Amino acid sequence: MPPAPIFATLDPDRAFLERAPLLVRDFVTGLFPPSLQWLAGNLLAVVVIVLFFASLFALLTLAERKILGRIQNRPGPNRTGPAGLLQPLADAVKTLVKEDIVPRAADQVLHFLAPVVLVSLALMAFAVLPYGRHLVPVELDAAVLYFFAAGAATELAVFMAGWASRNKYSLLAAMRALAQLISYELPLLLSVVPVVMLAGTLSTTGIVAAQAGWTYGVIPHWHVLTPWGAAGFLLFFVSALAESNRSPFDLPEAESELIAGHLTEYSGFKYALFFMAEYFGMTALCGMGVTLFLGGWQAPCAFLEFIPSYAWFFAKLLLLLGVFMWIRGTLPRLRIDQLTRFAWKFLVPLALINLGTAAFWQLSAGWSGPALQLARWLVALALVAGPFTLLGRRLSAGVAPRTYRYAA
Amino acid sequence: MLGSGIIKGLAVTAKNLAGSFHDPARYVTQEFPEVQPQLPENSRNFPFLVADDGADPMGTLRCVACQICEKECPPQCIYIEKSKDKKPDAAGKLQLYPAVFAIDTSVCMSCQICVEVCPFDAIKMDQVFAIATTDRFNGLLLNREQLAKSNQYYHSIHPTEATEVDARLAAERKAAEEKARAAAAAKAAAPKPAAPPPPQPPA
Amino acid sequence: MILLLALLILVPAAAAMLRRNLVHSALLLVLSWAGLAAFYLWSGAEFVAFAQVLVYVGAVSMVVLFAVLLTRQNPDRAAPPDAAARLRAGAAVLTAAAVGAVIGHAILATPLPAAAGAPPVLTVRQLGLELMGRHAGSLLVIGALLTVALLGAVVLAAAEPGEKPGGKP
Repeated sequence: MPPAPIFATLDPDRAFLERAPLLVRDFVTGLFPPSLQWLAGNLLAVVVIVLFFASLFALLTLAERKILGRIQNRPGPNRTGPAGLLQPLADAVKTLVKEDIVPRAADQVLHFLAPVVLVSLALMAFAVLPYGRHLVPVELDAAVLYFFAAGAATELAVFMAGWASRNKYSLLAAMRALAQLISYELPLLLSVVPVVMLAGTLSTTGIVAAQAGWTYGVIPHWHVLTPWGAAGFLLFFVSALAESNRSPFDLPEAESELIAGHLTEYSGFKYALFFMAEYFGMTALCGMGVTLFLGGWQAPCAFLEFIPSYAWFFAKLLLLLGVFMWIRGTLPRLRIDQLTRFAWKFLVPLALINLGTAAFWQLSAGWSGPALQLARWLVALALVAGPFTLLGRRLSAGVAPRTYRYAA
Repeated sequence: MLGSGIIKGLAVTAKNLAGSFHDPARYVTQEFPEVQPQLPENSRNFPFLVADDGADPMGTLRCVACQICEKECPPQCIYIEKSKDKKPDAAGKLQLYPAVFAIDTSVCMSCQICVEVCPFDAIKMDQVFAIATTDRFNGLLLNREQLAKSNQYYHSIHPTEATEVDARLAAERKAAEEKARAAAAAKAAAPKPAAPPPPQPPA
Repeated sequence: MILLLALLILVPAAAAMLRRNLVHSALLLVLSWAGLAAFYLWSGAEFVAFAQVLVYVGAVSMVVLFAVLLTRQNPDRAAPPDAAARLRAGAAVLTAAAVGAVIGHAILATPLPAAAGAPPVLTVRQLGLELMGRHAGSLLVIGALLTVALLGAVVLAAAEPGEKPGGKP
């Protein structure tokens, strides 16, 4: 059992900062007649989520450009406002006043519907994430399933955009989006199944609760700190990169090959909507990753619990988003055949084997004593590392390290 | 092992990201309007006309309106009109001067051929690059007054080349003076037909 | 409410059959599936609704669209249907009506227990236990069936022995 936290007098459930969002909510809903309070509460959650994540999106675009700039030895946008902080505002004004062009040959209805569907579906995913101890917009029994159902439907909107534009680049992008989705949906879901299996629930709050507690007060019981959890997290992360069409899996909008992919025929506000939806999807997937593997809103150490839970959630979320940007600044884009090969020949088998590892971990939960514990860890690690090495060798078989004859 | 290359790449970019905050070698961007670039001496873009005296550029243009550059210019961006009268040049000799000298910098291709062909070292290449204008026709058509720049300015942008040019011009002027003196001496000594002419210095 | 949901399911389905544009048909079909998910949600089957969205709207629609895109579409086929096509359409309608009648009769003839009060609230956990316990046999049969289908697809798609395998990366 963990020792009593240092701030023992401070019950995290009752701390003021922890309850502050609830108090604000109760105050606002209290302004309405009792019969409408449920509606006001839900609408408030919707408004807060939309406003918060829209402003987070604005800041993320700036942060991404700054980080990419720094990675390429340049400062990034720094002219608009102090240190470029007003750049998102300038971008917003620019996209809002731009002319909205619809190609004459385009399918007018689908061309209009695609960004709307995309953004609404991307926003729906935020409904079930537990942002803090008391902050879950919608408590669902099958929250994880709901989340991935909403996420899976977004690619349909990408296809609609690509097909309705009646542009060969857009159509190619739509095809690529479909192939990518079919390939990466599977490892994404398979990497989540072990978490659901061990937590014994599909509810996000239940999964976070399953990761509560610390060993010696400093080592959290997060899933990522177990062999199957680490492997599952990596699989989830790679598949999430592909699901959110981020580099190195940004084939649907490969700007060097397809102009802007499915965005080619979009301009102005609709383009901004697509951009927003991409960031929403990325943020939601990162939030899900935090919830499933990184302990959700749990603090990493017992004595750090005085920091409110939502702060921990967003710290972890921003960390993951930063890694997304870091990877974008590092890796070149894959080719479509490499993309699908990687999914089917590497990620899917690994995810299936990881399911077995998790099952072993669950069955051996009763093993006690240092020797058995060591054996448990060693077997699980071997189950993770062995297939990875073997499959990796198969995947890269016949591909010699590239040699450069004329470049240094 | 699979993935080691990715980790190596991530390490490189992480070093760049962190280094850009403290290591000048990893943060090479110069922010233009605040930090003016140090151009290499031989960089060039558009021609300018050299005037010997910066205080009176129109009176001391080296150009004699011979129109060789106008004829040689591949994109034909130079336009010259000769003057009707003559003015003394730096050596005191009466010369024509350009009444109109215009270069259309929107046409100029910075080939430097005008500089190569000028026998008077009157046209040289400038280094001014911030020439954006809101009027693409008249704003980019530079006239005589805008083109004329002093010899000191020439020294400041191309020091090596300008020193060479100055030395050559001084030598030519000296040779011309010697020749004039010799001619005067020859005229004075005209009754003595046996006197040989002095050796000519190479031009 | 049920009428609204029925409209949401049936109107896109009918439109999907009548549209001449295949992609429109496919997207309308997806809308119909989404309506079905809404119906499940309305009737309290949360898990089935989300599974419906995930599997049908998310995945099966992709396969359908992929198939449509990979099929060569002939623009000359936009001509009005001829007599043979009308005959085929009539036969199709007849068959569908017959199948529908059989299913409808089967449903009507089955003695369903009348809904007594509120429907039981089934959590995902109970659902899983039911599937793995009482219905484990049928689950296994369905799993075997799907595996056989998958293997068959692999066999069909596999390269012939003499054929050159796909390009290496």
